[in-house]
Amino acid sequence: MLEFLAMGGYAAYVWTAFGLTFAVLWLNWWSGRRRHLRVKARLASQGREDTMHRGATIKEVNA
Amino acid sequence: MWKFFHQLASPPHFYRLAGLFAPWLLGLSLVGIVIGLYGGLVLAPADYQQGDAFRIIYVHVPSAYLSLMAYTMMAVASVIGLVWRMKLAHAVAAAAAPIGASFTFLALATGSIWGRPMWGTWWEWGDPRMMTELILLFLYLGYMALRSAIEDRNKADRASAVLAIVGVVNVVLVHYSVEWWSSLHQGQTIMNEDARMPTSMLAPLLIMIFAFTLFFGAALLQRLRAEVLEREHSARWVGRMLAEEQPNA
Repeated sequence: MLEFLAMGGYAAYVWTAFGLTFAVLWLNWWSGRRRHLRVKARLASQGREDTMHRGATIKEVNA
Repeated sequence: MWKFFHQLASPPHFYRLAGLFAPWLLGLSLVGIVIGLYGGLVLAPADYQQGDAFRIIYVHVPSAYLSLMAYTMMAVASVIGLVWRMKLAHAVAAAAAPIGASFTFLALATGSIWGRPMWGTWWEWGDPRMMTELILLFLYLGYMALRSAIEDRNKADRASAVLAIVGVVNVVLVHYSVEWWSSLHQGQTIMNEDARMPTSMLAPLLIMIFAFTLFFGAALLQRLRAEVLEREHSARWVGRMLAEEQPNA
């Protein structure tokens, strides 16, 4: 196991390259997901405001 | 068949299908990556010249391949968007850019980490393979900067599409840079007639390339969902969908 981790003396290079790669892959997935959720949340709250405005106008018209 | 494509291009269908496929692609890619890692780090023998340092190939080559593939896809989508005025195509190009940029960064970084023990240098200014790949990164960043600088989405789509198409020349330069000019970078690995890789080394590499491509697909669909939703923000289906998801809101 230690021999495996040592990577024939190249441990620092090999593990840095692999660690960096999977960190960036994870970041890709995570940032895409976060953006999707944010857009959704923003549109949902905008939608609510729009309905409220429309509701107010109808009430004014009725009055 | 035509009906299928027509429906695919309609935003609500696409949004739904993307949400359906993305987690599956992600899961499959993770399975592939685990298999590829085991093959590349454990089963494959050390290289007789490079020792265990050669194993960096299993993340470097897939990243470099995707940096070019994503750019080509961006350019093709831009052509489709410009010629057929297909909005979904522009969305594909916009969503592919940050993912492609991240793979370009990885290709440069892992190459640099690999170059240090093998060539004795992190970076060589003037080396054609490194310079063209660096230009690729700048093209991605320029594309994203241009998009965010133009407020009108249709104008941003058109202007950035032109940039993406012009920049595709650089993809060709990256690919042939090791053949046309002398470079520190080694030549082709996979289709090389003179120096064939043994199967135990090659198979994990092909698996990793395939798995990274699946991952790219998953990340692209994920980004496309946000992109489509933003572009369609005032469409009825978006409002209906959001209302269904949050009945109390």
